[in-house]
Amino acid sequence: MDVLALSRLQFAVATYFHFLFVPLTLGLSMLVALMETQYVRTGDEDYKRMAKFWGKLFLINFAVGVVTGLTLEFQFGTNWSRYSAYVGDIFGSLLAIEATAAFFLESTFIAVWHFGWEKLSKKAHVTAIWLVAIASNLSAFWILVANAWMQHPTGFVLRNGRAELADFVAVITQRFAILEFIHTLGGAYLTAGFFVLGISAWHLIRRHETAFFKKSFRLAAAWTLIFALFEIAQGHMNAEILSTAQPTKLAAMEAHWETGRHVPMHLLAWPDAANERNTVQSLSVPSGLSLLATYSTGGEVKGLKDYPASERPPVLPVFLSFRAMVGLGMLFLALGLWAFLKRHRIEEQPRFLKVLPWLIPLPYLANELGWTIAELGRQPWIVYGLMKTSDAVSPLATSQVGTSLAAFFLVYALLGAVDFYLLFTFARKGPDAAAAAAK
Amino acid sequence: MLESIWFVIWGVAWAVYFMLDGFDLGLGTLFPFLAKDETDKRILVNAMGPFWDGNEVWLITAGGVTFAAFPRAYAIMFSGLYTPLMLLLFALILRGVAFEFRGKVDSDRWRATWDACLVAGSFLPALLLGVAFANIFQGLPLDAAGLFHGNLLTLLNPYGLLGGALFVLIFAVHGALWLTTRTEGDLQARAGRMATTLWLMEAVVAVAFLVQTWFSTRLWQNVLAKPVLLALPLLAVAGLLLTRVFAGKGAWWKAWFASSALILGAVLFGVAGLFPDLLPSSLDPAASVTAFNAASSPLTLKIMLGVVLCFLPVVIGYQLWVYLTFRDAVTAESIERGPSY
Repeated sequence: MDVLALSRLQFAVATYFHFLFVPLTLGLSMLVALMETQYVRTGDEDYKRMAKFWGKLFLINFAVGVVTGLTLEFQFGTNWSRYSAYVGDIFGSLLAIEATAAFFLESTFIAVWHFGWEKLSKKAHVTAIWLVAIASNLSAFWILVANAWMQHPTGFVLRNGRAELADFVAVITQRFAILEFIHTLGGAYLTAGFFVLGISAWHLIRRHETAFFKKSFRLAAAWTLIFALFEIAQGHMNAEILSTAQPTKLAAMEAHWETGRHVPMHLLAWPDAANERNTVQSLSVPSGLSLLATYSTGGEVKGLKDYPASERPPVLPVFLSFRAMVGLGMLFLALGLWAFLKRHRIEEQPRFLKVLPWLIPLPYLANELGWTIAELGRQPWIVYGLMKTSDAVSPLATSQVGTSLAAFFLVYALLGAVDFYLLFTFARKGPDAAAAAAK
Repeated sequence: MLESIWFVIWGVAWAVYFMLDGFDLGLGTLFPFLAKDETDKRILVNAMGPFWDGNEVWLITAGGVTFAAFPRAYAIMFSGLYTPLMLLLFALILRGVAFEFRGKVDSDRWRATWDACLVAGSFLPALLLGVAFANIFQGLPLDAAGLFHGNLLTLLNPYGLLGGALFVLIFAVHGALWLTTRTEGDLQARAGRMATTLWLMEAVVAVAFLVQTWFSTRLWQNVLAKPVLLALPLLAVAGLLLTRVFAGKGAWWKAWFASSALILGAVLFGVAGLFPDLLPSSLDPAASVTAFNAASSPLTLKIMLGVVLCFLPVVIGYQLWVYLTFRDAVTAESIERGPSY
């Protein structure tokens, strides 16, 4: 493999791994904040124990999320120096704003929350977790604005041999960025919802701390249903905007080859990129894709054949990721609905409770599939239409990147194993053990 | 003008990072020498507990400032110094998780593993950052295209290693003094003795570094050209001397502040001596990466200046509040009673 392939693989490893921890941070911080708010409002000690138990798991997850985020900031410079020099004027400033406006707040107040149970008043303490929750979500906003700019560059001029900022407001308020932000948050909140549902179910089936876990379950059931609904309704907009913003990505997601009007949507298909067609194509909804992408059955949808093969993303993985992600989204809605309807008598649903812990990985999978569509579907561009990934890589030696990639595999495998082992152990121990270990 | 302002912000971000996380890195380095038993170890870890994470963000900010204000410098520095930066990254990753992980499983081997990560993850960043900055001071082998003609061994030259030793010693003294302000009794006394013993080595290496800087870099010449800037090396020397004076009297907080003055003075002296270079080239002065040839557009610099002026004072405010809120001594009893690592 050459430096480009190794750097891409390293970026994929670093990003996939980082995003195993980020969504739970975004969602669980909100849930813990809600629990502690209930405690402060009602004085109900159960809610304090809930905040502490779920907060403990939050902290174990948070630690790896933070340190693996360092890698991402480093990597743009180490492995993508030509990219950094070309677009740093815009992209770099968004990362810098993230650090000063959000990451400081998050990192400082997570410690205040962790160490401050006795030192602070109840109100000051609950404020700390709200600041963490808001700051981590704000942090996601700036990062996703930066990513959205790579997907759909706007508000810039090409000057002095690089992309320079021309309209800051356009960059941070463009529709693509807002959609990407709320879609990522929806996925993150679902991850936290299924995390709490699954662990609560594990304890409920064993009749541990029934009152405690029923309360947790009820909160998470409502939460999960809301965001499962939200994610499906809103997710459609993310696909629709691609018809104008990134037509090659949309075409790859749908394995759509020929530009046309009244384009059907094939529920069953299998793309064959070498021959520029689909080997299987059936269960078609007439004009379905035209309708979804343009809100008109006669709307034109660009096909992959309109673009030279060198400007198309790899079709099969993007296509499959999209199908799988949408399928999971539907499943989450059904599960969320069931959990919500049965939430008051959930102990009467033993089979459902037995299955739920095994479903915790599914939203993680959906999140990673989403990023696969976003990043792989943008190829061969690093900044869509503006800079090719192959022009962005640093002038490095293969041995340098090969060595660091091996080190990433090793260190990340260790971190992942330890962190999920700890999450698993502390989740099983339940609230009392968590309280003892917090000492 | 904007470029110069950003050059100052760039330097100050690094200086504040070294002043704050410096004590974490130093205390982590001294961990095996200061902590005799598990209680000591936990006290050391919790003496950094509420602060290290917020401190580390200053590094992200320094990196972010480089990326936003001087993208070309960020690109050349991070790709040119690829291997040392990867080592720095892995060290910081392991240090970060060590805090959270070490107390989670009740096993001596488990704790010993993460303690080793904490020590290596503190010592290595101190050393690497020292080596990197000394090399930047004396110039990197950069050509006109910004290509780095060297490798990790190029950086391990005598002046670079002297810089590495200096950073390790400064942070070690800074960390030992931090522990004196956060503890009581025997551990505090041991930390104080450690600080005064190491201070002697720190002073010797600091003098050697300052003298060698005259021969290996242009820092002194640049600063002498604007004599008001001599205040910076003077601040560093005064900080160094006062550290010893206050430590001798057992005035630990004052000694720590003096050590902070040393760090601020020394880093800002280096930065002022570099101006306008961010990455001077040792091959050809015309190939140097400067605040002017690496800067972002005026619009970006203006917007980012607004962002920094709005947020950094607030950040400093709440971080100060955190330091005050958690100012009580960490003792064997306090870590049993309250939340801790």
